[in-house]
Amino acid sequence: MSGERYDGRIVVVGASLAGLRAAETLRDEGFAGSLTLVGEEPHLPYDRPPLSKQVLLGRVSAQDVGLPSRRDVDARWKLGVRARGIDPVAKQVLLDDGERLPFDRLLIATGTRARAWPDPAEAALDGVLTLRTRDDADRLAERLDAGPRRVLVIGAGFTGSEIASACRERGLEVTVAERGPAPLVGALGGTLGAFAARLQRAHGVDLRCGVTVTALNGGNGRLTGAEFSDGSRIEADVAVVALGAVRNTEWLAGSGLAAGPRGVACDAGCRAFDMYGIVTDDVFVAGDVARFPHPLFEYQMLSLEHWGNAVAQAEVAAHNMVSPGPRRRPHLTVPAFWSSQFGLNIKSVGVPTFSDQVVIAQGSLREGRLIAVYGYRGRVTAAVSVNRAKWLEHYQHLIETAAPFPPGPGAADLLDTGPPVSSDVPDPQHLSHGPTVALTGHLPDRRLTLVRQGD
Amino acid sequence: MQPDTLFQRITDYANRADPYPLYAELRENGVTRQDDGSYLVGTYHEIAALLHDPRISSDYRSRTHPDEAMIRRNERPPSFIGLDDPEHDRLRRIAMRPFGPPHSPGRIDELHGDITRIAEELIDAFRGADRIDIVDEFAYPLPVTVICRLLGVPHEDVPRIRAWTNAIIDSFDFTPGADQEKRQQAGLDARDAMARYLGELAGGRRGHPSEDMLSALVNDAGPEGRLTDVELMATATLLLIAGHETTVNLITNGVLTLLRHPDAHKRLRDEPGLMPRAVEELLRYEPPVHMLPQRTPLADIEVAGVTVPKGAPLILMLASGNRDPLRFDDPDRFDPEREDNQHFGFGSGIHNCFGAPLARLETQIALGALLPYLDDFHLLDDPPPYRRSPLLRGPRHLLIARG
Amino acid sequence: MQIVVDLNRCQGYAQCAFLAPQVFELHGEEALMFTPAVPDDQRERVHRAAAACPVQAIVVGERAGPGVR
Repeated sequence: MSGERYDGRIVVVGASLAGLRAAETLRDEGFAGSLTLVGEEPHLPYDRPPLSKQVLLGRVSAQDVGLPSRRDVDARWKLGVRARGIDPVAKQVLLDDGERLPFDRLLIATGTRARAWPDPAEAALDGVLTLRTRDDADRLAERLDAGPRRVLVIGAGFTGSEIASACRERGLEVTVAERGPAPLVGALGGTLGAFAARLQRAHGVDLRCGVTVTALNGGNGRLTGAEFSDGSRIEADVAVVALGAVRNTEWLAGSGLAAGPRGVACDAGCRAFDMYGIVTDDVFVAGDVARFPHPLFEYQMLSLEHWGNAVAQAEVAAHNMVSPGPRRRPHLTVPAFWSSQFGLNIKSVGVPTFSDQVVIAQGSLREGRLIAVYGYRGRVTAAVSVNRAKWLEHYQHLIETAAPFPPGPGAADLLDTGPPVSSDVPDPQHLSHGPTVALTGHLPDRRLTLVRQGD
Repeated sequence: MQPDTLFQRITDYANRADPYPLYAELRENGVTRQDDGSYLVGTYHEIAALLHDPRISSDYRSRTHPDEAMIRRNERPPSFIGLDDPEHDRLRRIAMRPFGPPHSPGRIDELHGDITRIAEELIDAFRGADRIDIVDEFAYPLPVTVICRLLGVPHEDVPRIRAWTNAIIDSFDFTPGADQEKRQQAGLDARDAMARYLGELAGGRRGHPSEDMLSALVNDAGPEGRLTDVELMATATLLLIAGHETTVNLITNGVLTLLRHPDAHKRLRDEPGLMPRAVEELLRYEPPVHMLPQRTPLADIEVAGVTVPKGAPLILMLASGNRDPLRFDDPDRFDPEREDNQHFGFGSGIHNCFGAPLARLETQIALGALLPYLDDFHLLDDPPPYRRSPLLRGPRHLLIARG
Repeated sequence: MQIVVDLNRCQGYAQCAFLAPQVFELHGEEALMFTPAVPDDQRERVHRAAAACPVQAIVVGERAGPGVR
């Protein structure tokens, strides 16, 4: 079949997981043209999930989290250089170092960055950190090695909770401040949020929900403590700002693409939309920065900060970049993610925030081994396992087939018998932590807009 | 032929040497109800879904009409293989504590040297022989020696253990006939005797800890506490039998398969690093466990368009799923370098084989040590004589001769 | 040798933690932690672990990162 586009110039902006997997897939599929990857960080692609786990526990050095090379990608790597724009007419990527990279097809995989503490002077205090990059993790691990008297974690999303878990495991005192009613509530809703709160407290975390940090105090340029909206204060020598992520789209401001704080909008085949809603055919998007429609979730535009989404979407984008129309594939993967914290393995399939109800389908909250199933208007839309991962593919099948919610009876190990309850997914404006799944469209009855607008 | 007699034909001893054409017929027929009311599933994706379906019970008490043999077998307290969560999970976690991660992560890895030495000693013993029975001289003594050391069972008791085990395995023979009753009773008696023996052995270590698993089971307690005496006997019996029986078949099937496939044999000799993947392929191609006969739906469930009613016997034909062309390319080909090999050799889901890592390591080491020696040998009987059980399928003897 | 585990695929069968306990570790009952940069003396064990993974979740590369030109 003719029409494959195996030659020409492809530029990939973003040299992390999605960029690497796209480059590998392009070569796997037979792309023989020139390939350039641009990365803002000076490092080769590395794996981020260990940064908040193995690295903070001191078991793995931040230097050692590089992603394995699955194949030679024969690419030119421009690392440590930012892309600052696209010239859509000349079809060039403009780099901070002045170079202009001409492309026939472009993949945008610039991901996200950590949301900074809003007060620049407080953010500059020695001891105030974020955790997103290898270098961030290196710095934070070093601080934890030094044995701080207390660590303050601001925001109890997955990253903040994993940081708190690592601190407790190392025997460090830790305070977690969360503006919402519970940890993880933005991603998992009320039932598991309450579970996470009990879990943290049982592990000795000083968890403060429903409060905001009103000031980070310093002396001689070093962090000394923090003040909270309820009038209380603590002393702390390390504060980790875990307020969620910001999508790296500013550089696309003049590009004419549909790029904004919620990501770069694309179609199911990863092709970017322009600002008029017209789909392009030479600009593709993948990973955390992408915002794409998903048929299982009523074609809502989703933005997923998930490892698995970066892999799957990059592979689809790469395939479509070298394939003619009829051979293109849609990105239909069911969203999935995991977190390990406080000795528990938490895994999710589907989109728990796309729900109105939740029910415990197996195990029990008390035991800390369970499956929670989420439904929206009578259909199963998500499931979360806690130390029960072997069952999850059953629920993934229910999600894929839009099975009725609540799921039918008969599970052998159901201990918490009770009717479905409201899933209590809070308005994200009332959270410290940004959700890792953003429903960026609008539900007719709920008008969810889950992208946080700053603190 | 009639699909409602498939299970009868599969379990017929006459078909033991090559049940695979019957499995192809089973897959062709989809989910098939047998004339005794049980349901057979032989296609990969359906088996995978059922192994991860929380509404499928492993407990015989979930059957609407449990058969006589099953009731009698289960008058004894069931081991975790025949229980559902949370009981299954609790017992399995207690048994795992002295066996593997998270509590004993290095236990199996540390056996590497021992297993290698045992394999080499066994090979040394028949090095000059022109005729060898792979089962009696290699595939049986290796895993039984390892599991006895691991559990802390004296090696001189192996003959007794072998007799009990054979009686128990033979009782998993579904062939009707005059001696069925006798086989069932002999199996139960053997199980009781083995359980008593292991109970006494473990009891003697209470308060006198040694390095073995039986000692750990009576002396150490984790967050789940300890096993009761009856739980201990049932668990230890399961660990001892399952801890070697299936590996005997796996190693024997490995030798049989490699002697039948000289190209693969040569490939593995030239590149020993392929052995771990070759063993996975073996687990797909000639698995030691062919079926899971004791599953039961706890609700009416639909499987590939067929409703299997609550309480009906549900039989998962793992070895058939392993040969499903909708899942594996060219499934009847033995390919030691096969990619994407997610076979059912050890089952899947929460009841996945407890001893899988040990069986893997033993088979990799055993075949690796034996391979260079097999060059001059050929099979004397092909097919070899098989043991009775259609469930735990393997040759009774595997005679090979030089030249 | 460099590895990454697709923990979306991982169901906690722990075969890797048995077969290469210095590289793969269960954290609690089910969560897996691994050492991405594999020490040379663990290579053979990691190959065994990758082959044994029932969900084929372990990606093994000879080195970290693709070749830089």
